[in-house]
Amino acid sequence: MNHNEVHPMDRLIRADRMPHIWCPGCGLGTNFTCFLEALNQSGLDPDKNVIVSGIGCTGRVPGYTNIDSYHTTHGRAIPFATGLKLANPELTVTVFSGDGDLFAIGGNHFIHAARRNIDLKIICVNNFNYGMTGGQFGCTTPLGAKTTTSPYGNYEHPFNLVQMAAASGAVYVARWTSLHVRRLTNSIKETFAKKGFTFIEIISPCPVSFGRRNKLGEGLDEMKYYQENSVIKHGIDPNEADLNLNGKIIVGKFIDIDKPTFLDNQPKLQTPD
Amino acid sequence: MKTNKIFISGDEAVAQGVRLSRPHVIAAYPITPQTITVERLSEMVEAGEMDGEYMHVESEHSAISATMGASAVGARTFTASSSQGLLYMAEGLHYCSGGRWPVVMMNANRSVALPWSIYGDHRDSLSLLDCGWIQVYVEDAQEALDMIIQAYKIAEHKDVLTPMMVNLDGFILTHTYELVDIPEQKMVDEFLPAFETPNKMSFEEPKNLGFSSKPDDNTEFKYQQNEAMFNAIDVIRDVDQEFAEKFGRKYHDMVEEYRCEDAEVVLVALGSVCGTIRVVVDKMRAEGKKVGLLKIRYMRPFPEAEVKDLARRVNAIGVIDKDISFGYEGTVYTNVNSAISKIDKYVYKSNFVGGLGGRDITKADIEEMFNKLFSGVENKSEEKVEFFSLNVETND
Repeated sequence: MNHNEVHPMDRLIRADRMPHIWCPGCGLGTNFTCFLEALNQSGLDPDKNVIVSGIGCTGRVPGYTNIDSYHTTHGRAIPFATGLKLANPELTVTVFSGDGDLFAIGGNHFIHAARRNIDLKIICVNNFNYGMTGGQFGCTTPLGAKTTTSPYGNYEHPFNLVQMAAASGAVYVARWTSLHVRRLTNSIKETFAKKGFTFIEIISPCPVSFGRRNKLGEGLDEMKYYQENSVIKHGIDPNEADLNLNGKIIVGKFIDIDKPTFLDNQPKLQTPD
Repeated sequence: MKTNKIFISGDEAVAQGVRLSRPHVIAAYPITPQTITVERLSEMVEAGEMDGEYMHVESEHSAISATMGASAVGARTFTASSSQGLLYMAEGLHYCSGGRWPVVMMNANRSVALPWSIYGDHRDSLSLLDCGWIQVYVEDAQEALDMIIQAYKIAEHKDVLTPMMVNLDGFILTHTYELVDIPEQKMVDEFLPAFETPNKMSFEEPKNLGFSSKPDDNTEFKYQQNEAMFNAIDVIRDVDQEFAEKFGRKYHDMVEEYRCEDAEVVLVALGSVCGTIRVVVDKMRAEGKKVGLLKIRYMRPFPEAEVKDLARRVNAIGVIDKDISFGYEGTVYTNVNSAISKIDKYVYKSNFVGGLGGRDITKADIEEMFNKLFSGVENKSEEKVEFFSLNVETND
């Protein structure tokens, strides 16, 4: 093996921060690579790209990315990112965070940024639990799933994130799993080229915490599950894309529309015709 | 006295204390290093070992809000947090004490961002000293369990009706395993009767809660809150005495003096570091040096009488602060200094700031502090605030 060999993504990774903290079988490494690959293929200037996260396992992504990156307080990635975008509109601002961060403690910010159509690229890694703190249930945990705080099965209804994004006003809504490397990369690339509030949900394995308690097997078994149970249904009503513990996973691009962004609307309102 | 000792962590000891106190509602959000407490509680509730409701809410702000709501209908409540989570609760903490709802919470003391750190210091709870909560700091897992039980009795006392925060050092106490005596449920029930309060919503006596007050009566609300906090001093003493008689463990009320009877030089500290200081005191005492420890248990209400009493008997007092109020000094030092300034005697004082973001405070650090206090008295040195065991050059 040539030790001087450089990883193709090396220029976009902070190698001095390796090894990363993610567990064996975690989907985050793959999701992260898809983001970097999309950035690479898009031809965008990395110096004009910013990646922002809140707290959690997914929240570690910006720390490993060799572009301007911002690790914020829990749940507040979207407000920080909104500030960045409004102060410097030429930046492409990606929010890369987890389901607990974006939709539980930070849920309010998500719906309002989507409503305003702030030009942010939201990527949410959904692993169905709070991984970093040891696997408690959250707002995406399927009914009946076991976690450290629902040892006999969760009895709270979860969010359908793609439905919520669409209902809140996102102009682009898609869902993929960590297995859909090429489709996910293309999807991220599409959102880079799209103006407005975009949302991609990535269903991702958490074998050490969520998977183990729900007998989903190793990381590879979860990937096999995605392979056998993912159904691509582009353009369907996200309302019909509910997830549950042992059911089919509906993936695809559900929404791709155009409408003026927050910044597009602003001067029109200030200057009456 | 019969004991039932099991080997558990500080977080688990807190959960056992909560179980024995029979709260009706527990609401919490996970945060390291508090998580094990709420995980154990959720298991106890789901296994039917506890009657209460467990709500795993979507944020700390919701956790404190839910406990206030439950308390307002007369329920006994519990929540737990740490660091960023505690700060996110801050609005609710003031609201809760103003509403006179005796919520009990556990805070796993942890540093505050930025920079991020999951490890321990006291900057989270000390920055909330003015939010109207009784604050106690414990030294080990047994004290953590016992203080949860005591906290309900103190907070719910009719002359107090003030929420209470039981603070234990993140990781050093929350994740360290110790032998902890689990009291019998029957004895806890005898010690801690069901919560009764006139300050609740009911069909018999409907009330409007949470409304505004005008400038002409707002001060009176705050005056009563302050009086209630002072009332807690007597209640803390009585409850600790009653606890000792029932369970055989006494915590010496507001403060604990360790080998201070003829001490010349004393260190003042909160929480787990007191354990290390005891070891150093024993060593230096064996060498003939008259040193002692004042363990401050309660930061609110503040043990002013006890600090003054000690200051009258010693030559020098050093205060260890695992926090810093930027632009001045450690918060514990400010409080201790204020009490000492009210006596008619000169005492040499020094503030040792350190142990931030989880850095160990070693026996060598503590011995050096004692020696600096001795030399400070001898050389009539200038009193100062000093960051100890720094890795960078300082201006001194």
